[in-house]
Amino acid sequence: MSFLNNVITGISLGSIYAIIALGYTMVYGIAKMLNFAHGDVIMVGGYVCFLAMGSAGLPPAAGVLLAVAVCTVLGIVIERLAYKPLRAAPSLAVLITAIGVSYFLQNSAQILWGADTKIFTPIVGTAGDSSLELIPGQLSISYVAILSVVCCVAVMVALTLFTSQTKLGKAMRACSEDKGAAQLMGIDVNATISMTFAIGSALAAIAGVLMCSAYPILSPTTGSLPGIRAFTAAVFGGIGSVPGALLGGILLGVIETFAKAYISTDLSDAVVFAVLIVVLLVRPAGLLGKYVPEKV
Amino acid sequence: MKMKKLLALVMAGALCLGLLAACGGDSGSNNSGSPSPSESNSAAPSESSSPAPSDSTPPAENSGDAVTIKVGGIGPITGDLAQYGTATAWGAQIAVDEINALNGPVKLDYRFEDDTGVADTAVAAYNQLKDWAKDDALVIYGCTTTGPCVAVASETYADRYFQLTPSASSPDVTADKDNAFQMCFTDPGQGVAAAEYLKSAGLGTKIGVIYNNGDAYSTGIADAFTAKAKELGLDVVATSTFPDDKTTDYTVQLNACKDAGADLVFLPIYYTPASLILAQAKQMGYAPTFFGGDGMDGMLDMEGFDKSLAEGLLLMTPFNAAGTDDRTKSFVEKYQADHGILPNQFAADGYDCMYAIYEACCQIDGVADMDSAALCDALIALFTGGSFSVDGLTGTSMKWLESGEVSKAPVVVKVVDGVYVTQ
Repeated sequence: MSFLNNVITGISLGSIYAIIALGYTMVYGIAKMLNFAHGDVIMVGGYVCFLAMGSAGLPPAAGVLLAVAVCTVLGIVIERLAYKPLRAAPSLAVLITAIGVSYFLQNSAQILWGADTKIFTPIVGTAGDSSLELIPGQLSISYVAILSVVCCVAVMVALTLFTSQTKLGKAMRACSEDKGAAQLMGIDVNATISMTFAIGSALAAIAGVLMCSAYPILSPTTGSLPGIRAFTAAVFGGIGSVPGALLGGILLGVIETFAKAYISTDLSDAVVFAVLIVVLLVRPAGLLGKYVPEKV
Repeated sequence: MKMKKLLALVMAGALCLGLLAACGGDSGSNNSGSPSPSESNSAAPSESSSPAPSDSTPPAENSGDAVTIKVGGIGPITGDLAQYGTATAWGAQIAVDEINALNGPVKLDYRFEDDTGVADTAVAAYNQLKDWAKDDALVIYGCTTTGPCVAVASETYADRYFQLTPSASSPDVTADKDNAFQMCFTDPGQGVAAAEYLKSAGLGTKIGVIYNNGDAYSTGIADAFTAKAKELGLDVVATSTFPDDKTTDYTVQLNACKDAGADLVFLPIYYTPASLILAQAKQMGYAPTFFGGDGMDGMLDMEGFDKSLAEGLLLMTPFNAAGTDDRTKSFVEKYQADHGILPNQFAADGYDCMYAIYEACCQIDGVADMDSAALCDALIALFTGGSFSVDGLTGTSMKWLESGEVSKAPVVVKVVDGVYVTQ
């Protein structure tokens, strides 16, 4: 029974990693840049929803929508101000800028909302009734975990359909293959990349709300560590691959939980990253990543 | 192309402004002695508040010959640990304002520097305070957390500055340094007190321990607790760890305690992870008695926290914001008026530190002519002399041992209907 419990815990944790990783991988896949500020956009999403539900007294659904709207705008603004001027710059410059944006968001959040930890009210379930009993007293799964798994799958399907079926999605894929050629084909590369950031940030808002519902503490640095974990998950599953992010996230959560339960709580991170190294040795592009040799 | 350059400039400008805003916020509020990023209007600049206390009577005659001692505080007011640093800084600020309004023989000129909870930054902050004090007598108040405090204490030991920390509780802070003193319990002291309390109260036939093994505070208490529990014949059935306070999932650790049949779980950790542990225990239907250290204080004041989760929680804290004595009431009132939240133990320790420094300086003869080193030696002699004691919010007749440890009675409180009830 404790095995099944650990599986459920692992999937719940993994689904949170996965939904963050989807945003990471989406932006990386199209814009070919690592948006290290993604985790902090998640934090902003969490705060917006928290304030909307708490201070403004809006219903959870309105809080989520507001968070999505604010984060989308924030994502576009960040892209315009910080990343767009660096479109032609070496990728290292963009990477460092992303880290700068990350600190900027964290410190702004602290000035705006204070350093003290806030407790987020989950958007589904109540304190008394927060999980679904599978076997009473022994096996239960929280509503938030169910919701985040459902959200992950829905987002994954939607993103896959979007990039493969719609015109804008095709434009995104074209930009990802070759920006120059895409421009020659009449695609507005800048608008497409802005769009990518908008979608990525909207996903970050959803991830923020789900993450804070599952682990209800909210502080200005809430997003940084899960952001890095999710990045690991994205690399694990194959960065740039949407189903890979989901697979990587869930696997990371399950491996982490199993390592804690059966090996050692001290060594769980070491085990997770050892598995990552082994996977990358065997499949350098990640589990579902496409290996594209660089032509020199 | 021009457009791009312009955008690049704007972007760079925005980032620089951001940095400046962050730094400006800090240094501006440092000057005013109140390191709150959000509160800048509450405290008048200390330079002006020392000669003329803002609220009450105009300065009395003796303010002309009052000695001003510079007190330089260090703690994290940005970063992960900012909540603890701001509490120590705000608590001290209230005491400084009160002391300066007393028109006593000593006034305090108080300034607080940010160390972001990092040792290197703390040493830089300390150097800044030294520059600020120039040739005036300076006492160091801090740091809030252990790592930076150990680093700064070895500097102050060499430079001969007296140092009093509100909350850095590791014995490493004071080890081999005659100038470093603590206002809080040491970690091992707290672990031992916890085990003794459980034994004498007859609580917990089977005990589980969950602690943060990446943190000196948590590990220090847990190790001393486990050793003492063994000595007293308490049955520790499960010990489980987590690597840092950013851990979000504690189901595995709780399951380990649950499977071992622990009916009491000792949590020598800070309140942020503890709040998740309480919520997750409830979710999995596990309801042992939870028992925590002083790091647990502050949980009930987290915005949005469901207080029913903490019902029955036992914790050791020297400060109870629901206390009914006049001094606590007035402190809580002022703190709430200034910052809108209830003060926790960190704030109360900070408040007591200022009074300890003030009362000690009042008792020293010829304090006016002393430089930092002479004041340091005089304060050490007084603190370890045996006759000096301070009454404060976190204890009465607090004395200090030669090691720098404080000697005061530990208090165990229980959360009943969302407030602390002293046991």
